[in-house]
Amino acid sequence: MTDAVIEARGVSKSFGTTRALEGVDLVVERGTVLGLLGPNGAGKTTLVRILTTLLAPDAGTARVAGHDVVREAPRVRAAIGLAGQFAAVDDLLTGRENLELVGLLYHLPKAERKRRAGEVLERLGLTDAGDRLARTYSGGMRRRLDLGASLVGRPSVLILDEPTTGLDPATRVDLWGFIEDLVASGMTLLLTTQYLEEADRLANRIVVIDHGRTIAEGTASELKDQLGGDLLEVTVADPAALDRAVELVAGLAHGSPTVDRVKRLVSAPATGKAAAVVAAASRFQAEGIDLEEISLRRPSLDDVFLALTGHGAEDVAAGSGERTASAGGAPARRARRAS
Amino acid sequence: MTTIAGERVGAARVARGPLRRFRWGVSDTLTVVQRNLLAYLRIPEALFFSSVQPIMFVLLFRYVFGGAIHVPGVSYVNYLIPGIFVQTVAFGAVSTSIGLAEDLQKGLIERFRALPMARSAVLTGRTVADLARNVVVVLIITAVGYAVGFRIQTNVAAFVAGLLLLLLFAYALSWGFAVIGLSAPNSETAQVMSFPVLFPLTFASSAFVPVASMPSWLRGFAEHQPVSVVVDAARALMLGGPTASYVWQSVAWSVGIVVVLAPLAVRRYRRA
Repeated sequence: MTDAVIEARGVSKSFGTTRALEGVDLVVERGTVLGLLGPNGAGKTTLVRILTTLLAPDAGTARVAGHDVVREAPRVRAAIGLAGQFAAVDDLLTGRENLELVGLLYHLPKAERKRRAGEVLERLGLTDAGDRLARTYSGGMRRRLDLGASLVGRPSVLILDEPTTGLDPATRVDLWGFIEDLVASGMTLLLTTQYLEEADRLANRIVVIDHGRTIAEGTASELKDQLGGDLLEVTVADPAALDRAVELVAGLAHGSPTVDRVKRLVSAPATGKAAAVVAAASRFQAEGIDLEEISLRRPSLDDVFLALTGHGAEDVAAGSGERTASAGGAPARRARRAS
Repeated sequence: MTTIAGERVGAARVARGPLRRFRWGVSDTLTVVQRNLLAYLRIPEALFFSSVQPIMFVLLFRYVFGGAIHVPGVSYVNYLIPGIFVQTVAFGAVSTSIGLAEDLQKGLIERFRALPMARSAVLTGRTVADLARNVVVVLIITAVGYAVGFRIQTNVAAFVAGLLLLLLFAYALSWGFAVIGLSAPNSETAQVMSFPVLFPLTFASSAFVPVASMPSWLRGFAEHQPVSVVVDAARALMLGGPTASYVWQSVAWSVGIVVVLAPLAVRRYRRA
């Protein structure tokens, strides 16, 4: 029997003439993590705002923790925890006071508020900093405190909107650890992200949205399988040989190659494992084309994203049509969310 | 497994029935008031300088401009202080717009809106906290006013009634500035958006000079706009003269402003 904790059906929302969401369906089962993946402006935040009762949909319905987000909004609010894109932290309160304020607004008795604030600080490794004003916190600590605030109400459903955007790589990995602990304790989680790596690591299932529509859904490995096998990648030494390389790769692979002219890189889906590499290497050698690198690898979510949307996940953010980030590229180089 | 998703709502209670909703509305408002007042204590510099500004105005008009302004039948310092009161609390209401814009910018409003708290509490909590701040400022001005020669010409009860009247007006203005704060992209803009409203209201009024001294095209506005009405009411209560008409008019203005602008602010908040 299915046990959907979040269930959206045909959710649409427009802002003026901009159609932010066009009939999105989404199901998150109890105790699982759904990664909602999409570039900036895909509609991720709009969907989160609808699911957290901050925005009413124009069409469609959504239920969270068994309650309709429009008709039973107060019940939904009582059941969820939300950490938005900003670290919504009061700078002029201490970490502990921030958490106790949230507890007060959940109408918890004083002893309970204090207990939970202490627990949350402990859980997020902020106990030592708990009595310092939040304005003295680093970016990572603020995000942790923000995540902590969403836990004070002991929600059964946690919704995190781009929880690590703008953090440095080390801090991001820390935060992932905290999120994984929460999931291990049985929490249902909806996580939006533009980092494929993050979805790959944290999510059981992934929904890819672009221009307000769901364009793919499945586990990370199901999505990767959609590309049809492994990726053969060839980097030529001489840019002049690039066109010939494309022809050669096209002959060896079973899908059409993509080209990155800056990196002199040709890639295409291929079957045959190592034999494909050997075959390709000997063809290039026979033609007298020098290779800088040749490899066969499992597609990353980046590749999936590129294939699905025709653009890389970060390209939209970076405002460039060219594919710039390589698979699993350094997150630090990735474009920060435009505010 | 057949548990209905939602049983765990027990983790946080939901307001049931109008009585509990009202009680939570009050307690949430007090929570927000407390949080906002705590902010003043955490940056004492801001509190200090926000009281320095009205003191400067008192000194400026009392000693710099005052000598050149002649108001028939009354000493200028007595004429001035009721005006300064109203001007100061009106300026103080800008903090409502700045505070809300700041909370909005930092994502705190978003957080509050996703909590099972009373929807009105963020706005009532903000306006009440700003009212509390205005009470303190009014007490400071009273002391400074006394120091520079102001004396109540009626009695203490009438003086206090005058203060209450102008605090009510300031509270009403807070709702107007709440609309501005919730419409502004950030707190700096909220502040500059507030002044084009504030300046004509406070300076083209009877707060500092008699309206009769203004050119005729300005006089119509200056005589009937709410700041002048409230200043005239406060002046009548503190210095003497006919009060009833001014008092009722200023109460009507204050109530009217709340009735029109509070729903607008609430609507803005819901869509923030």
